[in-house]
Amino acid sequence: MEIKFFEDQKLLIFKITEEIDECKVKEIRRRADYEIERFMPKRVVFDFDSVTFMDSAGIGMVIGRYKQAAMLGGQVYLANLTDSVRKIFAMSGVLKLIPEVKLYNDEEFAEKSTEFYDKEDFTEEKEVSL
Amino acid sequence: MINENEMKLEFISKSNNEAFARITVAAFVASLDPTIEEISDIKTAVSEAVTNSIVHGYENTLGIISVNCKIKNREVTVEISDNGKGIENIEMAKQPLYTSKPNLERSGMGFTIMESFMDSLKVESVLGVGTKITMKKTIKEQEKEEAMSLEEALRG
Repeated sequence: MEIKFFEDQKLLIFKITEEIDECKVKEIRRRADYEIERFMPKRVVFDFDSVTFMDSAGIGMVIGRYKQAAMLGGQVYLANLTDSVRKIFAMSGVLKLIPEVKLYNDEEFAEKSTEFYDKEDFTEEKEVSL
Repeated sequence: MINENEMKLEFISKSNNEAFARITVAAFVASLDPTIEEISDIKTAVSEAVTNSIVHGYENTLGIISVNCKIKNREVTVEISDNGKGIENIEMAKQPLYTSKPNLERSGMGFTIMESFMDSLKVESVLGVGTKITMKKTIKEQEKEEAMSLEEALRG
């Protein structure tokens, strides 16, 4: 998992690079909680662009961080969901609770990251099929 | 001509074997040229069943998990069994969002995912003896271009 924090925007980004299952989720959870407590971000983004596999362990992980960030005054967002990841989040109702946003890559990201797309616009662009 | 194949896998209940089990089943099924979505569905269902055996069946103690995988024409059957503590109330366990271990951020979606990602799901369990999950899925015939290669399945 790659972690970036943008101080001026109080924006914390977790780019998950591992497969998300019961085995790997413990370490993701531990590191995410540590960084959220350390930075107290206003916005926490989980970037799923590099996630090649996720099972239901991802649901609990995201909801857990949503609660933790909320306790410290922050909001969680989900970015770059792949079709298979979105299928699991949609099924569990996570997408009704946590907004899906668009995120730009690497260098571009810092300056454009405030441009969170409206959820409606986004789902129009990438049709969800279940 | 009937296309038949079968394989059996046994491993201990360690959580890093979740990935091993789902990747092996995916590689076995790859000969049917499944789509990326079909292979992803099977991997997710296998991962859920194996996780259940480790977390609930054996409650993180050491035991053996067996995966038996059969192909008959285009139908894949995956049997996942353990000799763990068994499920007291299968109907309740299958309810979406139900979990017997809510303190550990478990979503209670395991059986729901198995049921909806596969064509069928059968759960047999005897308290103190173990649990056997049988799942079936038919891989659709498709154009060659859309098919996923064995190489891709292994990489995913």
